[in-house]
Amino acid sequence: MEELVIDGTPKTPIIKFNPSNGYLLVRGRSIPENSIEFYKPLVDALEAYNKSAKPQTNVDIQLEYFNTSSSKCILDVFKKLETINSGSSQVTINWFYETDDEDMLEAGEDYQAIISVPFKMVEVNEE
Amino acid sequence: MRDIHDFYNMMEDGKIMLSFNGEVTSDLLTSILQIMESKMENLDESPKIKKKVYNILVECLQNLYHHIDEDDTLTAANEKTALFMIRKNEDGEYSIMTGNYIANENIHLLKSKLDKINSMDKEELKDYYKEVLNNGEMSSKGGGGLGMIDIARKSGKKLDYNFKNVDERFSFFSLIVKISQN
Repeated sequence: MEELVIDGTPKTPIIKFNPSNGYLLVRGRSIPENSIEFYKPLVDALEAYNKSAKPQTNVDIQLEYFNTSSSKCILDVFKKLETINSGSSQVTINWFYETDDEDMLEAGEDYQAIISVPFKMVEVNEE
Repeated sequence: MRDIHDFYNMMEDGKIMLSFNGEVTSDLLTSILQIMESKMENLDESPKIKKKVYNILVECLQNLYHHIDEDDTLTAANEKTALFMIRKNEDGEYSIMTGNYIANENIHLLKSKLDKINSMDKEELKDYYKEVLNNGEMSSKGGGGLGMIDIARKSGKKLDYNFKNVDERFSFFSLIVKISQN
């Protein structure tokens, strides 16, 4: 399987998913008006990855902002990861938030409450 | 026509940072967000308030965008426009104000949703958000019914809204969201 790489834009994040080492990175802003289209390639890639998942799957979510349209798609991504986690791979989701950004921390905790995949809340200092 | 200086004073006295009246497009949203981001950068706002204002701004503007798009068949061309204003008062409190036409038959649903949100405390809003996130269906335009809940959660204040009847088909919906420092 090939690596999925989507470049960032002012409204959409960088996405890198490497099925050969089980590493997924989502970084930047996710505020498109319609996010379904944007997240579809990632959801599809995770679906395909599930058939030959690596023993470990590591996910770094480093979002600066995301809108409510994206929040449902992010949940869809996490649900795919939940399926992968209940199969042959151990999944860890690292949810990054900046010190003082309580909204981003809470958003991570919302997902943590819904999805049964181990979450790590990673606090980062603002520059 | 009124004196341009009067308009200038009105905007200045009202501490209006940015106002827009017209058709809401995706490119317009991008521009407004870029302008507001650089304005807040110049004001040296704390990262915390910058993020809150930006987040709520995105939701308010995208509410306008989705609303107008979805009601396309009902709304006459001159009613596809919306009003958007943002001000910052002496205490540093931001107000985001939006106004748009709404078909009278859609008022009931929106009003009951807003009243439900306004009746909830922080914890109840958190639970409601999670419920809609997990069970709600997404519209074809990508709206998920989470916007108003998210705005209320992030602002930490009640949603101040009004419906003003225009004619037998339409009313004008206005919304004020406040974001205070601290």
